[in-house]
Amino acid sequence: MAKYDYVPSPFRSNPIVKWVDHRLPIFELIDEQLIKYPAPRNLNYMWNFGSLAGICLVIMIVSGIFLAMNYQASTLHAFDSVERIMRDVNYGWLIRYIHMNGASMFFIVVYIHIIRGFYYGSYKAPREILWWLGIVIFLLMMATAFMGYVLPWGQMSFWGATVITNLFSAIPIVGESIVTWLWGGFSVDNPTLNRFFALHYLMPFVIVGVVLLHLWALHVHGSNNPLGIDAKGPQDKVPFHPYYTVKDAFGLGVFLIVFAYFVFFNPYMLGHPDNWIPANPLVTPPHIVPEWYFLPFYAILRAVPDKLGGVLLMFGSIAILFLLPWLDTSRVRSAKFRPAFRAFFWLFIAVCLVLGWAGGQPAEGPALLIGRIATILYFAHFLVFLPLLGWFEKPLPLPSSIAEPVLGGGKMAAAAAMEKA
Amino acid sequence: MAQSGSPQVSADGTRKHPDGSTRRDFLYLATTAFGATGAALTGWAFIDSMNPSADVLALASTEVNLAAVQPGMAITVTWRGKPVFVRNRTPEEIAKAKEDDTASLPDPQPDAKRVQRPEWLVLLGVCTHLGCVPLGQKPTDSRGDYGGWFCPCHGSHYDTSGRIRRGPAPLNLAVPPYAFTNDKTIKIG
Repeated sequence: MAKYDYVPSPFRSNPIVKWVDHRLPIFELIDEQLIKYPAPRNLNYMWNFGSLAGICLVIMIVSGIFLAMNYQASTLHAFDSVERIMRDVNYGWLIRYIHMNGASMFFIVVYIHIIRGFYYGSYKAPREILWWLGIVIFLLMMATAFMGYVLPWGQMSFWGATVITNLFSAIPIVGESIVTWLWGGFSVDNPTLNRFFALHYLMPFVIVGVVLLHLWALHVHGSNNPLGIDAKGPQDKVPFHPYYTVKDAFGLGVFLIVFAYFVFFNPYMLGHPDNWIPANPLVTPPHIVPEWYFLPFYAILRAVPDKLGGVLLMFGSIAILFLLPWLDTSRVRSAKFRPAFRAFFWLFIAVCLVLGWAGGQPAEGPALLIGRIATILYFAHFLVFLPLLGWFEKPLPLPSSIAEPVLGGGKMAAAAAMEKA
Repeated sequence: MAQSGSPQVSADGTRKHPDGSTRRDFLYLATTAFGATGAALTGWAFIDSMNPSADVLALASTEVNLAAVQPGMAITVTWRGKPVFVRNRTPEEIAKAKEDDTASLPDPQPDAKRVQRPEWLVLLGVCTHLGCVPLGQKPTDSRGDYGGWFCPCHGSHYDTSGRIRRGPAPLNLAVPPYAFTNDKTIKIG
């Protein structure tokens, strides 16, 4: 059995590695944090999505840099330069399809990563700051994706930019001045496009910085696990390599198949045809929708028949996540041992999907009503259900160790390991 | 140890070949090779995207009307973003160029090999030293000691056939590919 041992990896005794490590302990870092790094032995495939998100970030940065080599951030040339990438630049179509669909893939992966955290209580002590950093990454991703969508300068780009920047006009007194400042003028125009390009290029590197903090915070207490209980000893853990490097690599292969389907067979499935029309400041498309990954938040914005209220509620729907570690009053992390929470968890997922559907519908009739009910349930989950569940729910008995359900008793496993040694 | 070529099953259940390799070694190498190939092919798409694109290649030829260029005159046209010198040489210049075929040349080449029609000299106007544009196209320009072109950057002298005669440049001014589409028009590229 793979009892975890703390012996340094063999490459650390190589004289060149030793020489470098004495001056810059980079190989030591790799060994400690990626190779012999102790991870819970029971991580399931839901734990693949962290590394997948990191890979998405790298894919987006690399494809984005190559797109930037051919993109022109000017209202006169932006739309045509994107068409030139699609038609004239060698493999430009491939790089742009990767970048376009990569954004959707990144959000899918990150949403699953967040939902994993919800289900297994990964935000609970001592991982609150890890959770906060994740929300910061999510917010930065949203800003980056929004500004990236403006760059092709189609109708949806232009009107999306107009609508989203106008959110800030809801702020009392200074709102209008802030919007003028964001635009660098009196409408979304060339200065806006220029600064959005500059920021769209900058933000991913800010995300990289926060991701490093996220990983740092993660490696202080290590990964949570499907049982949600702390590791009791070496028999509860396995070295990250090869166990999770191989598991992550396999997950990556599956992910790339899905990604490749969109890139090669259905590149516009997640896009909007109106973005094929060059931006026209004089005509608004009849039905403005954001990219699919913003639809639930868009539904919350439209659910409130008040400008400032809608904006506050939309930002509040993410801000409330910062308080989640305290709104969830249960001491038990994993939903596996919380039957009542599990029901509310699936209700919450359904509410998010309904919000996503409502956000894509015209803001009228039953869709608007359903969106309002879903908005109430969204906030009720955090403000009513979660605090009360902690008091009223009777959790199932927790296993005494991670190894117990796997090996039929932590003590037995430890004994078996000792016998072998 | 194993006597035949068939895999041996050891006590812990691992199948080993006589040379000590296992199924796992094979899978490990095959997976790595598969991944590396995929990464290399994808990488090529990104590298190739930096090569000239279709719209750049489409502008790779230039037509020049020579009708207005009298003997002794020169014009400069742009081809692939670079200057091309077209000179209508006088009989004296042609004679000088032919005479110098036998002179001591750093990059020997007879004048006849550098022109399609003796009076029309077509050259890439880029000094073969470090890429400056040599002087000599305008009547007021210095043409150097050999009556052709003179590069002001580092002092290379070219003769009336565009051959390097003195200075740091290693090669003659290049002759771009061109063709006479009729008596008064050439197509460069």
